[in-house]
Amino acid sequence: MSATGPGRASGHLQTLPDPAADGPLAIRLVDVETALLGKQVLDGVTLDIPAGRITVIVGLSGAGKSVILRHMIGLTRPDRGQVLVNGADINLLSRKGLYALRNRFGVMFQTGALFDSMTVFDNVAFPLREKTDQGEAEIRGKVERLLALVGLPDVGEKFPDELSGGMVRRVALARAMVMDPEIIFFDEPTTGLDPIIRNSILKLVCDTWREHAFTMVMVSHDIPEVFHWCHHLVVVRAGKIAAAGPTASVLASEDPFVRQLLTGDFAGPIRLL
Amino acid sequence: MTNVFERIGSRVLRGCSLLGKTGLFLLESVAQCFVRPYRPGKIIEQIHFVGVKSLFVIILTASFTGMVLAIQGFHTLQKFGAEGLLGSVVALSLIRELGPVLTALMVIGRAGSAMTAEIGILRIGGVIMALDSMAIEPRKFLVSPRLVGTVMAVPLLTAIFIVVGILGGGLVGVGLLGVNAGDYFGRMEQSVELADIAGGLWKSFAFAILIGWVCTWKGYNTQRGAQGVGTATTTAVVVSSVLVLVGDYILTSVLL
Repeated sequence: MSATGPGRASGHLQTLPDPAADGPLAIRLVDVETALLGKQVLDGVTLDIPAGRITVIVGLSGAGKSVILRHMIGLTRPDRGQVLVNGADINLLSRKGLYALRNRFGVMFQTGALFDSMTVFDNVAFPLREKTDQGEAEIRGKVERLLALVGLPDVGEKFPDELSGGMVRRVALARAMVMDPEIIFFDEPTTGLDPIIRNSILKLVCDTWREHAFTMVMVSHDIPEVFHWCHHLVVVRAGKIAAAGPTASVLASEDPFVRQLLTGDFAGPIRLL
Repeated sequence: MTNVFERIGSRVLRGCSLLGKTGLFLLESVAQCFVRPYRPGKIIEQIHFVGVKSLFVIILTASFTGMVLAIQGFHTLQKFGAEGLLGSVVALSLIRELGPVLTALMVIGRAGSAMTAEIGILRIGGVIMALDSMAIEPRKFLVSPRLVGTVMAVPLLTAIFIVVGILGGGLVGVGLLGVNAGDYFGRMEQSVELADIAGGLWKSFAFAILIGWVCTWKGYNTQRGAQGVGTATTTAVVVSSVLVLVGDYILTSVLL
């Protein structure tokens, strides 16, 4: 894995230990095809997400990265193909089965998707209150611990519209972790943030992984920062997988599209203008 | 020619599909009311929002409706020398028609529009998707309490509307136009039957379902940002108002 670049140089984002690359799979997509509003957004996607590692999905806007993530969570159903989570095809699960599976997920959306009418504390406590029988004292302890973990120990009584964009994402991360998930999904968690806040969010992701070793799947545009610490990299091109595997092997890809995307060069097969 | 048939066929199919989707939405939302965990707190919150918070506008509308009915009824009945029937006219008009319909229209304007906007904002803010991803059924959390709250609050508001309207009519009829108070209330007692009251309450119950259904459906399926919320809210108000009036005609035909 590469150990150079702005993230590394700044000292904020450091290379993470890489567990066995040939470990068990958390999620597998097999030949997934999906059309939305008449447009083919996924075209034969086959992809493995290793358990206990951080996988980052990159690609151009509109390539289908977020759609892949939504398939993994079961929010979108494919027209063809399978989405296997721990070996079970989530498209064959009943609503109850799917919800039982999602109880093992934590999801952090691009906008945070917090309830504006609830305080930060209530937002983070929300899944616990809705889905568990835990007492208020227990909930308070857990929420306060998580808010401290994401560096926001004193904002519990504030409302989301009183927070900055970066703080909202941190609260969303706390909420994603509150149910002790096995897999955390991040849909562009740093989009629209300034570099310092962005790095602080990414550092938080790394720290969280260090502490819990969750399986993490992240859709990101943070190239090249994510290369310094993600274990597994997936490059999506127009609904297909252009490259996928351990970060070092994808970075060494000779595919012109992958090379151009990863280096950000103007010259190459990607023509934006 | 083929194109015309194609277009008509396509519209009919789209209409059927929409009807099926909205029907399923209502059925699933109702079914979710009976799935644990029950949320009495959220239902009470909605009864408060739809009912208590609409009370002022309902009382205001009802009193003026009753007053206008009394003035109009008095001058019409006077032509036939039947002013003593004013209480019956006011009461029957309010119980059978104006109470349920005007209450429904007021609730649509005050609470239905807010319901659509609130759910719509949650939709475009990604909160509904977040709920789903947290394994919390969004319809159970957002739609069912609003449906139940509306169905419980609207008939109560209708009853209040009718009572206040009758009192408003009495205030004008007895206080200003000189109708005998005994005639006003006595004739009312003679002419109003239980079937009239039951018919009015059935209507208000049906309108409540319509309001809850249309307003939550429109909010739940909001698209395209802030403008989409505005469009969804306007459409919800227009569609539910029209459906209340159409439904009123159908129910009146059936009940009479």
